[in-house]
Amino acid sequence: MGDRDPVIVTDGLTRRFGDLTAVDHLDLEVRRGSVFGLLGRNGAGKTTTIEMLITLLAPTEGTARVAGFDIRSEASRVRRVIGYVPQMVSADGSLTAWENLMVFSRLYHVPRAERRERIEHALSFMGLEESAHKLVREFSGGMVRKLEIIQSMLHRPEVLFLDEPTIGLDPAARQGVWEQVRDLIAAEGTTLILTTHDMEEASELCEEVVIMHLGRVVARGSPLEIARSAGEKATLDDAFIAFTGDTGEVEGGLRHVARTRRTASRLG
Amino acid sequence: MSLAQGAPPAGSAEHVPGAGRYGSPVPRFVEDALAIADMEVHKLRHDPAEVFTRAVQPVLWLLIFGEVMERTHAIPTGNLAYIDYLAPGVLAQSALFVSIFYGIAVIWERDLGVLHKFLVSPSSRVAIVSGKAASAGVRALAQGTIVYIVAAALGVDLRLTVLALTGVILVLLLGAALFATFSLIIACLVKTRERFMGMGQVLTMPLFFASSAIYPIVIMPRWLQAFAHINPLTYQVDALRTLMLAHGRSAFGLGTDFAVLVGVLLALTAVAARIYPRVIT
Repeated sequence: MGDRDPVIVTDGLTRRFGDLTAVDHLDLEVRRGSVFGLLGRNGAGKTTTIEMLITLLAPTEGTARVAGFDIRSEASRVRRVIGYVPQMVSADGSLTAWENLMVFSRLYHVPRAERRERIEHALSFMGLEESAHKLVREFSGGMVRKLEIIQSMLHRPEVLFLDEPTIGLDPAARQGVWEQVRDLIAAEGTTLILTTHDMEEASELCEEVVIMHLGRVVARGSPLEIARSAGEKATLDDAFIAFTGDTGEVEGGLRHVARTRRTASRLG
Repeated sequence: MSLAQGAPPAGSAEHVPGAGRYGSPVPRFVEDALAIADMEVHKLRHDPAEVFTRAVQPVLWLLIFGEVMERTHAIPTGNLAYIDYLAPGVLAQSALFVSIFYGIAVIWERDLGVLHKFLVSPSSRVAIVSGKAASAGVRALAQGTIVYIVAAALGVDLRLTVLALTGVILVLLLGAALFATFSLIIACLVKTRERFMGMGQVLTMPLFFASSAIYPIVIMPRWLQAFAHINPLTYQVDALRTLMLAHGRSAFGLGTDFAVLVGVLLALTAVAARIYPRVIT
C-alpha cells in the first residue's frame, strides 16, 4: 500500500443513543501517514466517532475499516494496530511512569525481550527518563500527557487516536506536547487522528480537518482551505463559528462537562 | 529517532497474540490477567498502609464480637470454641469486603479513562475481567495475613501445615475473585458511583449475615437457610473452616465447596466479560 492510501474509511457510520443521533451517516477517508483533525463543539459527535473507530462502541448503522480491518467483524484485529489516548487522565497516578508503561507493553503484547528497551527509549524520547520511577501523581499535566502518548505507542500502532490531547494544559505545556507529537509521528510514520475544539491546535497539527456539527460533517479540507471558505481574511475560528453556527446548546451534558473539568483540574 | 527501532510493526506475525496460529491461547490470557493483577501488587507496595487501615474492621470483629460471644456460649458451634468458629468467617468477610467494592474501582477507572485504554488493548475481555478478579485476590491475601496474625494472637487453634495454608490461599483467591467479579457485574449495570455505594451495602449485609460466617445455618429460620445454601460465601467459609482450623470439619465436603466456588466464578466471569464494555456507555 502506498503512503497516501486511506488507512481509515468510514461508510455511513451512524450511532444513535435513544432519540439522539450522535453520529449521522459519516463518510470519511483518512490518508495513511497524515494528521487528521475532527473538529466540533462539545456534543458534535467527535468522541462518539472515535469510540466507534477504536471498537469501544458498536455503530448503530454503517461501518468503517481501520488499517484494512472492519471495526464490526474484526474488532480484535483493529485493536492490535491502534493506539488511543482518551481525553480524561488515563495514566495511573498511584504507579510510577515505568510501571504504567510496563503494564501497557504487556497488555499490548510487546515481545518480552523488547519491553525494557522500548520503554527506556520512549522515556528518553519524551525527556521523561529522570522521572521514570516517580509516581505519576507527582507529574505536571504536560508530563502526564506525554507519558500517556508514549504509553499508547509502545506497540507501534499504525493509527494513533488522541481525544482532545491538550485540554486543560497551560500554553507552554501545550506547545511542548505539540512539538513532541509532531516529532514522534514523523519518526514513526503513524497516522494521527485527533479531536479538538481548539482551532489553534488544529492549525498547528493537522493537514486535513473536518468540522462536525450535530453528528454530520459540515466542512472538510486543510485548515487554510476551511478558513478561506469563510472569507478572504477569515481565520479557522471564524470558519468554525460560521459552520457550527449559533444553533443553541449542543453541549454534551453534565457528565461531559464534569469530565472535562476534572481532566482540566488534574492536568492544570 | 524511533520509539521501537527494528521492531516489527503491530499486527505483524510476531505480534499476533496467542489466540491463533502462533501459540496457545492459555499463556496469552494468563499473561494479560497477570499484567493487570501485577499493577495491584505495585500499588500495594507504594502504599502498604492501606492494607492496615482496611484490616481494622475484621480485626474488630474478632476482638470485640468474637471475645464477647465467646463468653455467652449462645451460639452452638459443636466442638469448636466460638473464637475458632468465627476466625474463618472473619477471614472470608475481610476478602468479601475488599472484593465487593471492586466494582466502584471500575467505575472510578471508567471516569479516569484507564478502563477505556484496557478495553482498546488487544487483551481479551475475559483476561481483563480475570485480571481484576486476581487483583482483588492480591488484596484479600494481604488482609488475610493480618487476620491470621490476630487470630493466632487470640489463641485460635490454627492448622499451620503447608497443605492447609496453600488450601486457605486458594480458597481466599477464589472467593475474592468471585465476589470481585460479581461486583464488576453490578458496576456495569448501575454505572454510577452513587448508585453503587448504595448497592454495596445492600449486597454485603445479606451475603455476610445469611451465611455460615458468624453462626451455623441450622439456627436460621427456614427461608433464610434456603438463601444461605445458595450463598457462595457459605461454601467459602466452610472450606476455610475446614482448612484453617486444627479441628475444623466440613459441613458440605471440600469437593463441594471448591466445585461451587469454581462453578460460580466461571459463570460470573462469562457474564462479566460480556457486559464489561457496557460500563463506558
